[in-house]
Amino acid sequence: MIEVEGVSKSFGPTKALVDVDMSVPIGTIQGLLGPNGAGKTTLVRILATLLAPDAGRARIAGIDVRQDPNTVRSLIGLAGQYAAVDETLTGRENLVMVGRLYRLASPLAKTRAEEALERLGLVEAADRPVKTYSGGMRRRLDLGASLVGRPRVLILDEPTTGLDPRTRLDMWAFIRDLVAQGTTVLLTTQYLEEADQLADHIVVIDRGKVIAAGTSDELKSRLGSDLIEVEVAESDLDRTTAVLSDVGCGKATIDEVRARITIPVCDPVPDLMAALRVLDKAGITPKDLGLRRPSLDDVFLALTGRTTGDEDSDAPPTTGRRSRQRAGTPA
Amino acid sequence: MSVTPTSPTSPTTPTSPTTPAASTAPTASGAPSPADAMTPIQSVRVPRSAIFVDAMVIAKRNLIRIARTPQLLVFATIQPVMFVLLFRYVFGGSINVPGISYVDYLIPGIIVQTVVFGATSTAVGLSQDMSNGIIDRFRSLPMSRSAVLAGRTIADLVRNVFVVLLMVVVGTAVGFRFHNGFIPAVVAIFVALLLGYCLSWVFALIGLSVPDPESAQLAGFLPIFPLVFASSVFTSVKSMPGWLQAFAKVQPITRAANAVRALTEGGPIATDLTWTILWSLAILAVFAPLAVRRYRKG
Repeated sequence: MIEVEGVSKSFGPTKALVDVDMSVPIGTIQGLLGPNGAGKTTLVRILATLLAPDAGRARIAGIDVRQDPNTVRSLIGLAGQYAAVDETLTGRENLVMVGRLYRLASPLAKTRAEEALERLGLVEAADRPVKTYSGGMRRRLDLGASLVGRPRVLILDEPTTGLDPRTRLDMWAFIRDLVAQGTTVLLTTQYLEEADQLADHIVVIDRGKVIAAGTSDELKSRLGSDLIEVEVAESDLDRTTAVLSDVGCGKATIDEVRARITIPVCDPVPDLMAALRVLDKAGITPKDLGLRRPSLDDVFLALTGRTTGDEDSDAPPTTGRRSRQRAGTPA
Repeated sequence: MSVTPTSPTSPTTPTSPTTPAASTAPTASGAPSPADAMTPIQSVRVPRSAIFVDAMVIAKRNLIRIARTPQLLVFATIQPVMFVLLFRYVFGGSINVPGISYVDYLIPGIIVQTVVFGATSTAVGLSQDMSNGIIDRFRSLPMSRSAVLAGRTIADLVRNVFVVLLMVVVGTAVGFRFHNGFIPAVVAIFVALLLGYCLSWVFALIGLSVPDPESAQLAGFLPIFPLVFASSVFTSVKSMPGWLQAFAKVQPITRAANAVRALTEGGPIATDLTWTILWSLAILAVFAPLAVRRYRKG
């Protein structure tokens, strides 16, 4: 449904996108994951016909975005991190206006607006000016505006950036719902968890280049294994590290700040049991202990040598002081 | 959840009565259910008639904005009222224009000044839209490219109608009178509004070219000051030095002020009226395509 072949785009000396390929099948969610400034928004703008690529081709439902932008516009809905709605108009007025601009006759635009308001839980606020809306409501209205044209392809540029966790969950449920009904979604995010939760297929981009692509599980399997994570009292850290040194099948990562040890394992359950045994024998009671699948954060670290949070540092992080910073700290 | 954005049970193919060509583009609004996604996609062209509909949708939006932010309208009207009071009561006594009472000389000029200042709001409004992201929404919609600009200029024209009528009322309150009959007075107001509308396209180009609304405000006034003050708006150009007179005599604002003055107060009309209309149309012909091109480029 969305095909991107060898797309490049530069802004002066800055290479925003370099030879990017991507293909999104109908009715799936494609996650486009990367830190701030990775080029996600540039790709979104190219697909939404707001920007022409310097090289390469981008097609939506087989239509080239450069050759026939207007047809592409009729197929897509765009919603973004900067809720593009009119502050002075009411929610309903915003939706009807966008419906009219999607070439719907006035009564149909009104019906569609009403549908979207119901769908997004904005009926009560429908006749209030948008400037009285909360951030989450604005974002929902923005999404609603992209839906009144019943797009086949929905392009969501960081739809949950800056939303509180509860609103984010609602947004996720809503996006899943749309996809269940056949909409194809391209979703950019800097939240690893979001891509993990929503996307069927993920493209990781960094500094304009695709550095990995695959399903969430495929990306995680690149790390090769599950992880045991042990958190202990600070005073126990060295001792714990020592007793666990024979457990697992890889080099342990030690976060001194949080007194947390992460050990890759090849045989998850026996290894976990072994860890429990040695800890018990040494008389150490961990504050927290668990087996987990590697997160996309781990994947990103493995792929780029950087966590998503410290995009400015080029030096590979020292294993001892691994930052567990949540991705997506505002720039 | 019978109401879903993608419900396959509502295979409506909407056709806008005002845009017949839309019926050839079912994909523009067809439901993206999996079955529907298989149907071939037809090219969507923006029909000519749609420019008008789109422009009206945008104009309506801008007018709602103006109506809901009355403080902006108040500030926009206070300024010309101040000019009326300033020139009527402060400077007016020492300005001597032969053959006409100064208030009758002044108010036609103020009407022209008002529409010209009013036209600058096109620059501010457009650059506001650019900076808050709604222009990106418009650009991603299958709508006419020029409609965003046409809708904006039309809304600003409506606003100018309101401000001009208010100036007539204020002018009348300070002693201005129409001395040349009703029809010429109506024509005078039309001519002023025509110039204002065409100038709006200059400011549309400015609004699209500057980075933020504050710059738009300043950049908008830059070309306005020499045009409004080196003109016959406040006083006769005959008192100006020769080099300035050469410019002041022929420029559009002098022509418009003279035309409005002749239409409301009497005197030879034809030359100034013709020049005003020619100037207006020339400005429109040059700046409307430039502004639309700037908008398309993004």
